[in-house]
Amino acid sequence: MRFRFQLVLTLAASFAASVGSSEQLGDPVQGAKVFKKCKSCHQVGESAKNRIGPHLNGIFGRTAGSDPTAKYSKGMIRAGDDGLVWTNKTLDAFIENPKALVSKTRMSFRGIKDGEDRLDLLAYLRGFSDDPSNIPEAEPTAQGNDHNLDPAILAIVGDPEYGEYLASECMTCHQTSGANDGIPGINGWPTEDFVVAMHAYKQKLRPHPVMQMMAGRLSDEEIAALAAYFEDLE
Amino acid sequence: MNFNRRLFLGTGVAAASTLVAPSIFAAGHGKPRVVVVGGGAGGATAARYIAKDSKGGVDVTLIEPSRMYYTCFFSNLYLGGIKTIDDLGHSYGTMAAGGVNVVHDWAVGVDRDAKTVSLAGGGSVPYDKLILSPGIDFVDGAVEGWDLSSQNAMPHAYKGGSQTELLKSQIAAMPQGGTFAMVAPPNPYRCPPGPYERVSMVAHYLSANNPTAKIIVADPKPKFSKQGLFQEGWANHYEGMIDWIGDDFGGGNVSVDPNAMTVTIDGEITKVDVCNVIPAMKAGRIAELAGVTNGNWAPVNAADMSTKADADVYVLGDASQQGDMPKSGFSANSQAKVCANAVRGALTGSKVFPAKFSNTCWSLIDTNDGVKVGATYEATDEKISKVDGFISQTGETAEMRKATYEESEGWYAGITADMFG
Repeated sequence: MRFRFQLVLTLAASFAASVGSSEQLGDPVQGAKVFKKCKSCHQVGESAKNRIGPHLNGIFGRTAGSDPTAKYSKGMIRAGDDGLVWTNKTLDAFIENPKALVSKTRMSFRGIKDGEDRLDLLAYLRGFSDDPSNIPEAEPTAQGNDHNLDPAILAIVGDPEYGEYLASECMTCHQTSGANDGIPGINGWPTEDFVVAMHAYKQKLRPHPVMQMMAGRLSDEEIAALAAYFEDLE
Repeated sequence: MNFNRRLFLGTGVAAASTLVAPSIFAAGHGKPRVVVVGGGAGGATAARYIAKDSKGGVDVTLIEPSRMYYTCFFSNLYLGGIKTIDDLGHSYGTMAAGGVNVVHDWAVGVDRDAKTVSLAGGGSVPYDKLILSPGIDFVDGAVEGWDLSSQNAMPHAYKGGSQTELLKSQIAAMPQGGTFAMVAPPNPYRCPPGPYERVSMVAHYLSANNPTAKIIVADPKPKFSKQGLFQEGWANHYEGMIDWIGDDFGGGNVSVDPNAMTVTIDGEITKVDVCNVIPAMKAGRIAELAGVTNGNWAPVNAADMSTKADADVYVLGDASQQGDMPKSGFSANSQAKVCANAVRGALTGSKVFPAKFSNTCWSLIDTNDGVKVGATYEATDEKISKVDGFISQTGETAEMRKATYEESEGWYAGITADMFG
């Protein structure tokens, strides 16, 4: 409930920022064509089964990693435990860049960069959810792309010495050994994944109250410094 | 081994700038000297970080009487039968590899003019900067009828180790249908949710082993940390077992008789089988002996944890009076890193970065039913000041509560590795 509320705030903010960009819902017919990219792993429709990836009937409103008959990565199950629910907003972010939203997902797919294609795809998938009128897409504010990080932010070169100092705060929970029990190890993360993930927490797009709080007070330079430090940490 | 690799790779850049920096402080006597008193979440962390980050440029001595450290955090899980005492024990043997000289002795005095710490075993240790992280002691006469000589009959179990084991054995020896009483402390005290997590864990143990037993809590406070979450959990898991008597119902008007094993709450005498007395607290005694306390606690500057009384003496963790942070192991560990960065900067000229603090307290209500509360903090001129925070919600799913508990286990592994290397 809390997560949903925060998401609405983010959505409202992103809507304000994205006026002028496309606010119409996607075209499900076009979306069916886009879905060809997904078909080798995911099925939809009456006879859909879990294959390499879970079937996508009823995906809207489902908690990430929650179908007991499907195979998921630990990262996806953790995201679900942290409260990630598939909405128009979170699906859009995931499809754009799977690893930015769910670290170490098994979905080896580079993502769909074209926002129109994603809108169309989601409009198509929406038709396979039980009650499309209740999904967030129905809201006029459900558009937006605030997870698109400004390339200038990604281009910041961090100061690893500052990163080391800041990282001491992370090390209270994330083990120096890189072990994964309960709290994931973050040693050796690629800089870009790290920066995108931290900004997704900062924007409250990725769920998890502790990380949203920790990221929330870090500046762009501080996130870059941490990324620079952790990238080289084995 | 992970530590060494991290030390090498992680500090490469920092070390390069540190080594060329002059030892601006140590002109008279070789390497600058830091003495840390108390090897808990604050002291062990500060000692290790200064030694690690100065790459041998600072002489770091940790004075700590115990050879093994038993964490107070997670000790309630031991009472509940979820952790063993061995799970809570950590040897100081790893500290030497991290460049810290550990002296196993009691610090019994501080001469701030001569800048020395005297030891119970004789002799004294000189310092340029002194970091005190002594944890808590108890206020004399805080609970009528109880003093330290009663701690075997009525344990406080609010310092990790033998007291925790004693309380556990007393709970195990309770007769069927017996009564466990707790006298809860007034604010401020170590680990605000601690007494209530303890009630939960004792109830967890009793539910399995002594289901007709009762728990009475006499509390001088009208409300407590995570109250809604705990009371929801007590109703769900331990219905009818726990009677919490807050200040409104006389919970603060309490006395005990350790010989008769009775507790008197607002005039009503109850015979009990186990009585866990957690008295009002104050800074560990060495802070008072050093003359840096004012009242029960040691006031400090938020930017670097130096005391208001002496710029070369720092106080970390529970003993400090710093502002908004709760007294917790997580807080002490967070403060230690800010302090270590500032102390190293003052002694070696290394870069000092702005203070950032954070805290999260996890509590376990029942198996796989974990909750948490946390906040971030910054240094202002007056105090450590809260920036942002969150708390678990009532009615969360079982999956989320389980994930929260697993997260707390990850944190435990993280912070103990951070303290001891």
